[in-house]
Amino acid sequence: MKKSDVPQDNSSLKSGDFKELCYAVNDDGEYTTTNSSGWEPKTIALDNAIQEINERVEIAKNKVINNETSPVEYYMELHKMDISILSSYTSIWKWRIKRHFKPKVFQKLSTRTLQKYADVFEININQLKNINHGD
Amino acid sequence: MEINFTHHQSAHCENGVVSNLMKHNGFDVSEPMAFGIGSGLLFCYIPFLKVNHAPALTYRAMPGLIFKRFAKRVGIKIKREKFKNPETAKIRLDENLTKNNPVGLQVGVYNLVYFPDEYRFHFNAHNLVVYGKKDDTYLISDPVMETVTTLTEKELEKIRFAKGAFAPKGHMYYPIDFPKELDIKKAIVKGIKHTCRDMLAPVPIVGIKGIRMVAKLIRKWPKKKGVKVANHYLGQIVRMQEEIGTGGGGFRYIYAAFLQEAGKLLENDNLALLSTEMTEIGDSWRDFALDASRIYKNRSAKDDAYNNIASQLDELANREEAFFKKLKKAI
Repeated sequence: MKKSDVPQDNSSLKSGDFKELCYAVNDDGEYTTTNSSGWEPKTIALDNAIQEINERVEIAKNKVINNETSPVEYYMELHKMDISILSSYTSIWKWRIKRHFKPKVFQKLSTRTLQKYADVFEININQLKNINHGD
Repeated sequence: MEINFTHHQSAHCENGVVSNLMKHNGFDVSEPMAFGIGSGLLFCYIPFLKVNHAPALTYRAMPGLIFKRFAKRVGIKIKREKFKNPETAKIRLDENLTKNNPVGLQVGVYNLVYFPDEYRFHFNAHNLVVYGKKDDTYLISDPVMETVTTLTEKELEKIRFAKGAFAPKGHMYYPIDFPKELDIKKAIVKGIKHTCRDMLAPVPIVGIKGIRMVAKLIRKWPKKKGVKVANHYLGQIVRMQEEIGTGGGGFRYIYAAFLQEAGKLLENDNLALLSTEMTEIGDSWRDFALDASRIYKNRSAKDDAYNNIASQLDELANREEAFFKKLKKAI
């Protein structure tokens, strides 16, 4: 890539003032570095990834409302986690977390277990039980 | 306390920390040099590891390996420490800062407050340098940022003890012993040989064979997984290739810069020619990313489009195979 070809696309994201370093060749064929403000294909890829996460959060939210899953799954998606990551943050086994996704099981959880989840999601137990607290 | 530390922005965090720490200790090692000697270039498809619900794929060596190999090859010693207890981790960090010793830290990105929100995934192999402390605020030189920044004690503890795959466990490292002169030339040859071996490895998911495997999968994904998942997977490939840190073209440009610098040091004109060739290969990787992004931009892509970019990958695999065979002979 020539230095003059280093893309300076506006990333549609908030990271507008975030400029990363790129390696490119100058007119004499020598390698040099220059900052790039963004490149469209990359922005699209990132946009898509974010969109996908938002969709997952939305689906989880509806499942909670329809009583198909517990708020644990919703907050997990909200924090871009999967079960393995949540398991390592909470030190709760994966199969137990999966069980806690069941609304009936979730209802009966001890305060201690609820507190573990609440700590990781940085909310209190009431907020953990009620996903609409932010609205 | 503030250590007199010069921040240089780099493309990739790990090379950047190596290069910045070496410069601080009086050895002028560029980022591409650190990357090349540490044999950072790679291609590896890891189907059994899922990242953001898509198979993992990497264009570089495992986190930590670049510095490890670099240190061994140029003959420096690194001290590494991991911690169970955040409090001990903090005390050890502060001790080093009092001794005027800037240290490298491995951290998680998800809670890294100065990063733009959309870059904050659960990725635990980011690297930065701490070069001082004022009250309860640490002075941070993050190589991918344009300028230095700061983090509070609490913010730093959180990212040092992020959880999940590659959990940093407070990982702190710094060079402790240097030879009088770095044996750069020998190190370069070793680094290049290792990269050639990796890229030409007879393992189905690594190097050239890995690229061919992904090409084959891209042809299958839309039928087997549906367009939505196929596009999600494609997006992941493009992100891994072009996201912060690769310097563009999945590290191919940094590697070309390394070959150019190495060619001058070793007085080997072949390497200069190969550098130009690697740049062109990097350009083709960029073209691949551009075409792949077009597919998931207009979501109703035809099968043809997937076959088309898969063919581009096959072509790239052929070119890289020829390239690394030549590179092996050139040194």
